[in-house]
Amino acid sequence: MSLDEINKNEVDIVIGALNADLIPFLNTWRPFFSGFHLIIVKDPDLKEELNIPQGFDVDIYSKTDIEKVVGASNSTMFSGYSCRYFGYLVSKKKYIVSIDDDCVPAKDPKGFLVDAVSQHVSNLENPATPLFFNTLYDPYREGADFVRGYPFSLRSGVPCAASCGLWLNLADLDAPTQALKTEQRNTSYVDAVMTVPLKAMLPVSGINIAFNRELIGPALVPALRIAGEGRVRWETLEDVWCGMCLKHISDHLGYGVKTGLPYVWRNERGDAVESLRKKWEGMKLMEKSVPFFDSLKLPESAVTVADCVVELAKAVKEQLGSDDPAFTQAADAMVKWVQLWSSVNSSG
Amino acid sequence: MVEPANTVGIPLNHRALLKDELDIVIPTIRNLDFLEMWRPFLQPYHLIIVQDGDPSKTIAVPEGFDYELYNRNDINRILGPKASCISFKDSACRCFGYMVSKKKYIFTIDDDCFVAKDPSGKAVNALEQHIKNLLCPSSPFFFNTLYDPYREGADFVRGYPFSLREGVSTAVSHGLWLNIPDYDAPTQLVKPKERNTRYVDAVMTIPKGTLFPMCGMNLAFDRDLIGPAMYFGLMGDGQPIGRYDDMWAGWCVKVICDHLGLGVKTGLPYIYHSKASNPFVNLKKEYKGIFWQEDIIPFFQSAKLSKEAVTVQQCYLELSKMVKEKLSPIDPYFDKLADAMVTWIEAWDELNPATKA
Repeated sequence: MSLDEINKNEVDIVIGALNADLIPFLNTWRPFFSGFHLIIVKDPDLKEELNIPQGFDVDIYSKTDIEKVVGASNSTMFSGYSCRYFGYLVSKKKYIVSIDDDCVPAKDPKGFLVDAVSQHVSNLENPATPLFFNTLYDPYREGADFVRGYPFSLRSGVPCAASCGLWLNLADLDAPTQALKTEQRNTSYVDAVMTVPLKAMLPVSGINIAFNRELIGPALVPALRIAGEGRVRWETLEDVWCGMCLKHISDHLGYGVKTGLPYVWRNERGDAVESLRKKWEGMKLMEKSVPFFDSLKLPESAVTVADCVVELAKAVKEQLGSDDPAFTQAADAMVKWVQLWSSVNSSG
Repeated sequence: MVEPANTVGIPLNHRALLKDELDIVIPTIRNLDFLEMWRPFLQPYHLIIVQDGDPSKTIAVPEGFDYELYNRNDINRILGPKASCISFKDSACRCFGYMVSKKKYIFTIDDDCFVAKDPSGKAVNALEQHIKNLLCPSSPFFFNTLYDPYREGADFVRGYPFSLREGVSTAVSHGLWLNIPDYDAPTQLVKPKERNTRYVDAVMTIPKGTLFPMCGMNLAFDRDLIGPAMYFGLMGDGQPIGRYDDMWAGWCVKVICDHLGLGVKTGLPYIYHSKASNPFVNLKKEYKGIFWQEDIIPFFQSAKLSKEAVTVQQCYLELSKMVKEKLSPIDPYFDKLADAMVTWIEAWDELNPATKA
């Protein structure tokens, strides 16, 4: 589909504000955000007032707004990077595009600024192909197609639930890796979008992501928190956990998850070595999560996204609860999230 | 428009990686003129030419290349009755070259594949990239969103389990093609002018449990790890199907690699594919395959090898039994194919007595 054909009324751009001054961020994104409705959710723990430039169609939610909707006891679910999930909750649109507030538009190899929003929406609007790998990657892209040997019955694809974008400059590496390779920056622009195959797990990054809210909304769960996590991605795993849930549920329901374009340019922030000093529980949690998701089978009776989240939460509590309290808390948060989703969107 | 690279003036690489451990297998029925362009990259290596078609024809090999050549008479002489498993009048015959090779690695390329250019205009040394792919681990158990984590400038991303970062051995490196894309006949007929001009700068591991369409035009593999599974089936003369040789091998190979914990990579390197074969001829060859693959794919997707199958040969023989049982009802061809799979393994073991893993 042509990038011009995107119906802007179907998209909400949700930004989690971990920084108070959003003027540089929004101004650099202006060419690509203009015409879209923005939802900006302020991290409840951020004390300063937000600085937002003029000229955007934007709704801003702060701690009081969050508490009004979900109650004071539930507002901790939306602290830090998870504040954006509140935006997912209250949005009324079909597609959500979400980018971290320390990212700016990237340039493609020809030097043109990448319209990440349009690329994400295009990814979401075109089918995904999780059942068989196409060696020329996205077969629906201009100039590409399914290759010889690709079964014809699989060529109409399945609905795309999520579009995971990538990052130039500061890639989304964990703290040990970035601390070891302090100078490493991602300069490789890989010109491809592809579907992550059925049953394959992947580490979804919340830095640059979009999804079909109507299709899969409740599956993006703000659930896993690591004790002592700070406001740098190196210290969190909420998006990776969310992504494992999202992928598993997508696989179960017959949807697809894409990865690749668009790129954003991620600015320098934080100190990986500093983050490394904290004993990072994330590593342990991932090691336990992988075999869990690998062997997990959701029951056939789970046919809605909400059902799937509830079943998933049950399984997490049963199988991982005794390994680490973080998992029990995640399971509880997932159940609470589904309840909130249902009550906030009861008219939808 | 994309063009092949001009390799005139590129110096011969005398320290070519693995030059004593790798054979280049080339099937041909016409000529080997294309090798001239590949000279700087391929001359250090030993070639195995499998001459298809009329054995009385002489295929000229460009000067300076070290090679052995086998025509149909040679194949019949060496294999005797077992030669029945090697296709005639189809590039599937190339797998004979895999069988007679004594090297650890194989690179196979079609005779209409030229050297590609990368986006900076530099000639792509496809073999060098294949070797890098094979010598680096694969990561089939968890998808890395930055693709090959072992590549210069890349790494595993946040969230990638540390216990999986050592990876597994790479059995296959599947390369791609610029210019004429590897489309099936119906797609070719609908899009005769489409050319692949997109250079995707990535190598990636195909996840465990995922099948893919393996193209034999630009392919390398570790013969010690997976060789016996690289049988390219019964195609061509006297067979009801063509242009499914590499596909068949790819499905078998992937199931076995998944079972044995080996990795399959796809992506770089690119070659420049110069010739588009006749789509009407292709349609006739592929016709049955288009229908059959609808049953073949679910067969491979659900194929489960036993715990006792621990060598490639054992896996392959188990697969052949499953083919006989589950696919013969579709067409008697699969009964023949299952027998040919067994013959292939027998022939392989005869010619390679030491490689029973």
